[in-house]
Amino acid sequence: MSQLEDELNAEATESEGAAARSPAALTAFRRGLSGVTVPILTTVIAFIAGGLIVLATGHNPLSTYSSIFNGTGFNWLFPWVGGAARATAAGNLQQTLIQTTALILVGLAVAFAFRAGMFNIGGQGQYTVGAIVAVWVGSSFAGMPAVLHIAFAIVAAGLAGAAWAGIAGVLKALTGANEVISTIMLNWIAIWLGVYCFQLGGPLQNPSMPSTPVSSNVVAGAKLPVFWGSAALQGLDVGIFIALALAVVFALLIKRTRLGYEARTVGFNPEAARYAGINVGRTWIRVMLICGAFAGVAASLDILGWKFSLFTNDIQTSQIGFYGIAVALLGRNTAGGTVAAALLFGGLLTGTSDRNINLSIDPTLVQYLTFMIEGIIVLLVSTDVITLRLLKGGQRIGVALGRRPRDVAGAGRGGGS
Amino acid sequence: MAQSTPPALALKEITKKFGSVVANDRVDFDVVPGEVHALLGENGAGKSTLMSVLYGLYKPDAGEILIDGKTVEIESPASAIALGIGMVHQHFMLVPVMTVAENIVLGQEPTRRWRLDLKAARARVRELSDRYGLAVDPDARIENVTVGAQQRVEILKALYRDARILVLDEPTAVLTAQEVRELITVINRLKEDGRAIVFISHKLGEVLQVADRITVLRRGKKVDTVPRAGATELSLARLVVGRDVMLSAEKPAGRPGEALLDVRDLHVRDDRDLEKVSGLSLAVRAGEIVALAGVDGNGQQELVDAITGMRAPRSGAVAIDGQDIAGKGVRAATEAGVAHIAEDRQLRGLVLPFTLAENLALREYRSPEFSGHGWLRLGHMQQRAEKLLAEFDVRGGGAEAYAAALSGGNQQKVAVAREIASNPKVLVAHQPTRGLDVGAIEFVHRRLIAERDKGRAVLLVSLEYEEVKALPDRILVIYEGEIVGEFPPEASEEQLGVAMTGGKTERTEVAL
Repeated sequence: MSQLEDELNAEATESEGAAARSPAALTAFRRGLSGVTVPILTTVIAFIAGGLIVLATGHNPLSTYSSIFNGTGFNWLFPWVGGAARATAAGNLQQTLIQTTALILVGLAVAFAFRAGMFNIGGQGQYTVGAIVAVWVGSSFAGMPAVLHIAFAIVAAGLAGAAWAGIAGVLKALTGANEVISTIMLNWIAIWLGVYCFQLGGPLQNPSMPSTPVSSNVVAGAKLPVFWGSAALQGLDVGIFIALALAVVFALLIKRTRLGYEARTVGFNPEAARYAGINVGRTWIRVMLICGAFAGVAASLDILGWKFSLFTNDIQTSQIGFYGIAVALLGRNTAGGTVAAALLFGGLLTGTSDRNINLSIDPTLVQYLTFMIEGIIVLLVSTDVITLRLLKGGQRIGVALGRRPRDVAGAGRGGGS
Repeated sequence: MAQSTPPALALKEITKKFGSVVANDRVDFDVVPGEVHALLGENGAGKSTLMSVLYGLYKPDAGEILIDGKTVEIESPASAIALGIGMVHQHFMLVPVMTVAENIVLGQEPTRRWRLDLKAARARVRELSDRYGLAVDPDARIENVTVGAQQRVEILKALYRDARILVLDEPTAVLTAQEVRELITVINRLKEDGRAIVFISHKLGEVLQVADRITVLRRGKKVDTVPRAGATELSLARLVVGRDVMLSAEKPAGRPGEALLDVRDLHVRDDRDLEKVSGLSLAVRAGEIVALAGVDGNGQQELVDAITGMRAPRSGAVAIDGQDIAGKGVRAATEAGVAHIAEDRQLRGLVLPFTLAENLALREYRSPEFSGHGWLRLGHMQQRAEKLLAEFDVRGGGAEAYAAALSGGNQQKVAVAREIASNPKVLVAHQPTRGLDVGAIEFVHRRLIAERDKGRAVLLVSLEYEEVKALPDRILVIYEGEIVGEFPPEASEEQLGVAMTGGKTERTEVAL
């Protein structure tokens, strides 16, 4: 823990700089120094806390967790699991990875904004418009060659998500409107836009099912190929590779491109960005466009990969954009971290879904456990000072709390400073 | 001195380690009532750590603290305050929206029948401020008073809590020359009143003016404690740095060429839409350093912002080697050949969580050597950083180190290195040595002179009288947004002082 110690000390001796640091700068500073320790510890604490809740309800947390674990399909990785159990595990792991695909991308949509000092709460809305466009493109143009059709649907959904997020970017650049507020509002507009499109009598409602508020089905040629498991049993489609490729793009974008450099400069210190001749407003817009594109592509992979149609009910109850926030926070806004966190949440969502629940456990409890663990993780990540102190054995906790600005979620409210 | 009474405060063999770094190594320090004892040392010499130990922020690894001859344990700032220790931090700890009186009594409010007795608070504040000459308006809001007044409020806060031992941490760093003089008067009154004062600084001149004794720290160790009598700037500088230093920059006469910076009839407004630069014209020629001297707030910031493209002027021209860039933004200014050493390295000049390689690319990252087709050339950034870090003798980390991990002086070297390396025609140096210790000041000065000798036009904007005297070939005085006088570097402090405060008596006689 000497690294941590050095950090704490460097911070204490270098009191001169504390006032000038933006919250985003502090977050990055901590990210650099506390590495993967804090996220892992955070997750462990969250699972222990969840276990205590299970215990309090009179169940055995160990058997609950083992049941959830088997539900995720991660046990497929164990060579000793064989026979029917292995087939079940494979099916579960396919489901987990299907969930992971979209979670990676909505996570990146939030993470990229964080890196530029913005808090994109609008993943949900950007995902929703992406889904609307993807399902429309996917269910139309029936004669198109498959590869072109799929590419067209994914790109169109990405552009739709980008445009949706871009609205918040433009509003921030031109009027200073806080992106937290504008993206939340855009979420609602997107959701009701989707409901309008597919409701009974809506312009995009499935004409062959006049009494169901649902879109038309994606045509066979626009479906993503399944490479593991059976397409009929919702096997794993190639979308996961697209998500992983985009995570690589994210990493390159952040570290190796001029735009990423500008975005990080704006995120850490908007005043220094201005000083360096960076157009801060334009950077905000570009960053939001990219965030929206990630979320839009996430939706297209869900639609073309396994959903194939969109119910108004789904649009209204989906929580994916908000999982994206948790994924980005736990992944510390890095590409690798986001992928790992997406896998964790993908596993949790699959492992606690109805069909995987062992009858000895209260099914509602197990489902809520996902939400509880998610909540605890977000809470702990937002207050990683506490976790750092736990590591340090609680020393000087008062001093530390007094000295550090409270930056909930580490969102640099860059525009304000 | 004063062996008869025990010192108000004595630190004995204080040792504080951070990991493997020894921030304080068996440091002794004491101060008696009615004495000003200065603590002098470079950035990172351990002054702040020692005071944090005293104020209960750190627990020392070894050593003891005595108040009035009795050993005490100081566990928190609250216990330090209870023991009569008052600390005036470099960064003020005030509530901007509350009044002066409210800030002073905060935490120890006088009450009458369970209600805040503001009348009593005001009266007490007034009494203290009269007694020590700390002029403040008890009813003014903190956000509306000057930095100097905020500092007086901090001092009053400590006095209100009956501080007998007053620690002033770099108190002059934020003050104008006039405010510094006022502060020294206040310190002398506090001293006469029998309070013990610890004065932390890295400015030699000030320390010689105000202190009775001077203790020098270097790399965590006490080097020596010397009485003021007999000490000189040179002898102190030698103690601080550990070698001989050149206090006044030595420079051959410049050979100025044509004007590279030509500002004509410039009008600039500030954020509140008040005109801060009013029809100002000035020119800086190739191969000369021109100092812009003035009291802070007379339009220097707005002028610098307009020249460097950070702020669009209302009217007028800013020509860089004949090319007008007024109002065209930072990028246009950079491309025309303007480099800008920013006044506040942490606010503007550096991105603290960036590596040094990333920071050193900030001015030129768009140029073909640094990026092409949207991609950064990381290899070039790295090589460039290594070269500059060596050339500018930046210590504390390599190209991959974070800027936040460096000391203030090394951070400033990084900012200076980047701007100079961009090969500018015009170098605007705004307070380039603010907060630096003597060694680093000497270094920056030498580099600025070297740039001048390479034929660049250097505009030095400074509030430091020493710097204004030592560096330039010409001195221009700015007052209320206009140039009110031009002086040779030999001009006396009085001549400059009169011009800086708007007096116009001698200007015509001494102007070049």
